[in-house]
Amino acid sequence: MISSSSDNVTKLNSINRRMFITGSLKFMVMIGLVSRLFFLQVKENKKYLTLSDKNRIREWKLAPVRGEFLDYFGNVIAGNFEAYQLHIIPEEVEDFRYVIYRLKDLLELSDKEFKKVLKKKNESKPWETLIISDNLDWKRFSKINNHLYDLNGVKPVISISRNYPFGENFTHIIGYVSQANENDIEKNEIIKKNFVPGLKVGKVGLEKSLEEKLLGTNDIERYEVNAYGRRISQLEFQKGKKGKTLRLTIDTEVQKLANELLKDKAGSICVMDIFTGSIIAMHSSPSFDPNLFVFGISQDEWQIIRNNPMKPLVNKTLQGNYSPGSTIKPIVALSALENGIINTNFTVKCTGKTDMYGQTYHCWKKKGHGFVSLRNAMKQSCDTYFYEIARKLGVDKLSETAKKFGLGKEVFGDLFSIEKKGLVPNTQWKKNALGKGWLLGETMITGIGQGYIQTTPIQLCLMTAQIANGGYKIYPKIIVDDEMKDQPNDKFSVLYKEAKNIRIIQDAMFGSTNEVMGTSYRSRINDPKYQFAGKTGTAQVKKITERDRELDLKTFEIPYEERDHALYIAFGPYKNPRYALSILVEHGGNGSTTAAPIAKKLFKLIIDRHSLRDSINNKKYLEI
Amino acid sequence: MYQHTRLTNNQFSFFQKFKNFDYILLVCILLLGFISLATMYSTDGGQILYHTKSHFTKLIVFSFMMLVFSFINIKFWFSVGYFFYILVIGLLVWTYLFGIQSSGSQRWIDLYFINLQPSELMKICIILCLAKYFHRMKLENVNSIYTILTSLIIILLPMGLVIVQPDLGTSLLIAVSGIAVLWFAGINHKYFIYTMLGFLISLPFIISFLKPYQKLRVLTFLNPDRDPLGAGYQIIQSKIAVGSGGIFGKGFLKGTQSYLEFLPEKHTDFIFTLFSEEFGFVGSAFLLIIYAIIIYRIVVIGATSRSFFAKLFCYSFAAAIFVFITINMSMVLGLLPIVGSPLPIMSYGGSSMLATMIGFGVVMSAKVHSQQSIA
Repeated sequence: MISSSSDNVTKLNSINRRMFITGSLKFMVMIGLVSRLFFLQVKENKKYLTLSDKNRIREWKLAPVRGEFLDYFGNVIAGNFEAYQLHIIPEEVEDFRYVIYRLKDLLELSDKEFKKVLKKKNESKPWETLIISDNLDWKRFSKINNHLYDLNGVKPVISISRNYPFGENFTHIIGYVSQANENDIEKNEIIKKNFVPGLKVGKVGLEKSLEEKLLGTNDIERYEVNAYGRRISQLEFQKGKKGKTLRLTIDTEVQKLANELLKDKAGSICVMDIFTGSIIAMHSSPSFDPNLFVFGISQDEWQIIRNNPMKPLVNKTLQGNYSPGSTIKPIVALSALENGIINTNFTVKCTGKTDMYGQTYHCWKKKGHGFVSLRNAMKQSCDTYFYEIARKLGVDKLSETAKKFGLGKEVFGDLFSIEKKGLVPNTQWKKNALGKGWLLGETMITGIGQGYIQTTPIQLCLMTAQIANGGYKIYPKIIVDDEMKDQPNDKFSVLYKEAKNIRIIQDAMFGSTNEVMGTSYRSRINDPKYQFAGKTGTAQVKKITERDRELDLKTFEIPYEERDHALYIAFGPYKNPRYALSILVEHGGNGSTTAAPIAKKLFKLIIDRHSLRDSINNKKYLEI
Repeated sequence: MYQHTRLTNNQFSFFQKFKNFDYILLVCILLLGFISLATMYSTDGGQILYHTKSHFTKLIVFSFMMLVFSFINIKFWFSVGYFFYILVIGLLVWTYLFGIQSSGSQRWIDLYFINLQPSELMKICIILCLAKYFHRMKLENVNSIYTILTSLIIILLPMGLVIVQPDLGTSLLIAVSGIAVLWFAGINHKYFIYTMLGFLISLPFIISFLKPYQKLRVLTFLNPDRDPLGAGYQIIQSKIAVGSGGIFGKGFLKGTQSYLEFLPEKHTDFIFTLFSEEFGFVGSAFLLIIYAIIIYRIVVIGATSRSFFAKLFCYSFAAAIFVFITINMSMVLGLLPIVGSPLPIMSYGGSSMLATMIGFGVVMSAKVHSQQSIA
């Protein structure tokens, strides 16, 4: 009993000692746990709070609102409109099949469109928004709204989209937008940064080249999401910045007239302010409706545009390389005067043709013009005269003057990626490009704007403008707000050696339009307010054979593709000139009969609108 | 002597027993139950759904059971020690043979009204069994080879049965419970030190025997960022939840990590994470204090108990509960690799709560019958 109780005592001592050890250990471990909690929750709290927010908050970007295009008078020519759309979040719909078939009936969707929607649905997650229709007309949109009670989960949405109110009028200037593809995203950092599915970006024209300014920045929605990425609630809405609205120098009325005048013809019209270089109108015909592309063009409509023989997709003003024909003659004459090859008294006898090294060079007038001076040669566009002075001048001196006046390089610089340079040949060029020596005969045909020489209509317009303003260099522009910055140093620098030479050319062009025997005499306007001076041109598309000469067919008797291009350059009013223009009608036959009458109609409107245009300008300065 | 007899004859009245209750412990357990219920409500997204309802029912039933157990004489618990142990071993064998398979392991048996996890019960039964075994043993016999071997067999048998389920975590916790009894029974501390050393040395070999997923857990523990969306996901998200809680927490029902389903196993093993996210450092410390008080009270009950069995049971049970809590918290706080171990009372799970409540019941019975000596 005693031993048992002493055993009990030792046992108790042992267990209590060990309890004490255990208790101390527990205490220390407890301290350890608390300090771990303290470390995580107090010291590192910020880090884990950020991580937790990163977990739960996700951003959704919305398409930015694109900047608009205005014409000179502030009319919207590429704007935004509210597109009525229909969205569905499939998981929020109880009976998706019922709703989708009901919608098919209500919207009168074709089987093809319907299949597209179903395909899209299968590819996306059930909680992702499915766009059933991205541009509904009001009638169908209101119809859907009336049936909403029956269409659980269908959301009518108003979203902002591009709209071109003047349809095809401005297509070749501003281009159009359409859904961004991989190529667009890869090539443009700004698009990449602001990209959202369904984003529309510029594909051609100014819409493309000014993308950076127009695009704007995304609206950002922040949502709380769960571990599976599903939106739970909206936390924040951050409004993005609308893209920059750009005002163009274009006058919509003139642009519209240009469209009308070239209706059913292939060609180009451009009108320029000869002092500021502002483009008043720039049109390439035929055009197409840019609105077709905004929501994706249908295959049929695309084929119609693409297969049109008049090539609506080509911007003839900027992309079209044409032989300038006789419209080069003012430059040839000017070059000859400047280089002292001729003076105003220099005459050539035109017999209708010239022989040179066994080759015959024809004047357009078979009978010949007789003795012609510079002024008469310009007026009647005598080819023989220009063969002769070109021969005397040499192609190198001619090309120097032509380049000075803006031929052979892009008029807008980098603004339009599609713009062509044209070609002003010289001996060096031929050696480098073709590896052959220059022939004298080539100089002669260059003198009448045939052969290697190629110009774009916009270059001809610039050339005319620089002759009209007295021979000063200008930089054409199409966006108004560019005025202040990037003024090139050599703006208004002198292009001539002697000012009187320019006046001689201007006077010769006046004669060509306003005097009897002038090639465009029939298109003249006698009222000095509208009176203009110009030069016709007829560019051969194919070499004229002896047989053709004998036949001497009328324009309508020749197949369309073989007809000559009709050109006309002009400036006006003759006293105090303000505007220059160039007109090209592809396969129009003859400059004086096809192109010049167009100028007459244009000048009437342009000059009528001049005071209005001026008043906008003055007002602007008054406001400051 | 007379008095002694009278006491051993244990004629306490019902009210006397009530008076003898440890009310601090009881209040703490009920408070814990309430907190666990609130947390469960939060895991259900602020609605009374399945988990909350089920947890509530279990809490009521098992608390009541605990009170009933407290009125049963500690002598009874002594007498059923071996029987309980054998019963649960039987259940484990049954589990092995006919258990319910779920997610790759066979841990449950279907009792028609409840799916029972016998391994959880074993955590308590092994304490009862070993406490009874060592109760009458003289100190000089404790360290005999025979005793040590017997107790080792008592521990290893259920461990083996649980490991084959497979459930390494629970089997380790069973071992912890058993070893705690051995420690308090007075087995020479040298054995513990040698075992510890031996374990450390053989650790690399043990690791080579681990199943691939267990190895992955260890590796993930050492560097959770090695596979943040796979194996490391749980521990990273759990740390984010706790860490983002801050001092005062995100507020009740406002834990984004759990609400938005970033937390895995939020009802069971990771319940502390959710609690900690919503109530912050202050709340977590408060919870720890409640657990500390519970453990302290159990130790005090053991110290004031007259019988060696009661002492042994209380001390061991306190140590075991403490280890369960520590392991669970260390796991969710990224201090230990992930082993499946519930947080007593807080975690959803009937068997775990049943086992813990049985333990509390026996402790309470020891308190009520603290003057009871066992022959």
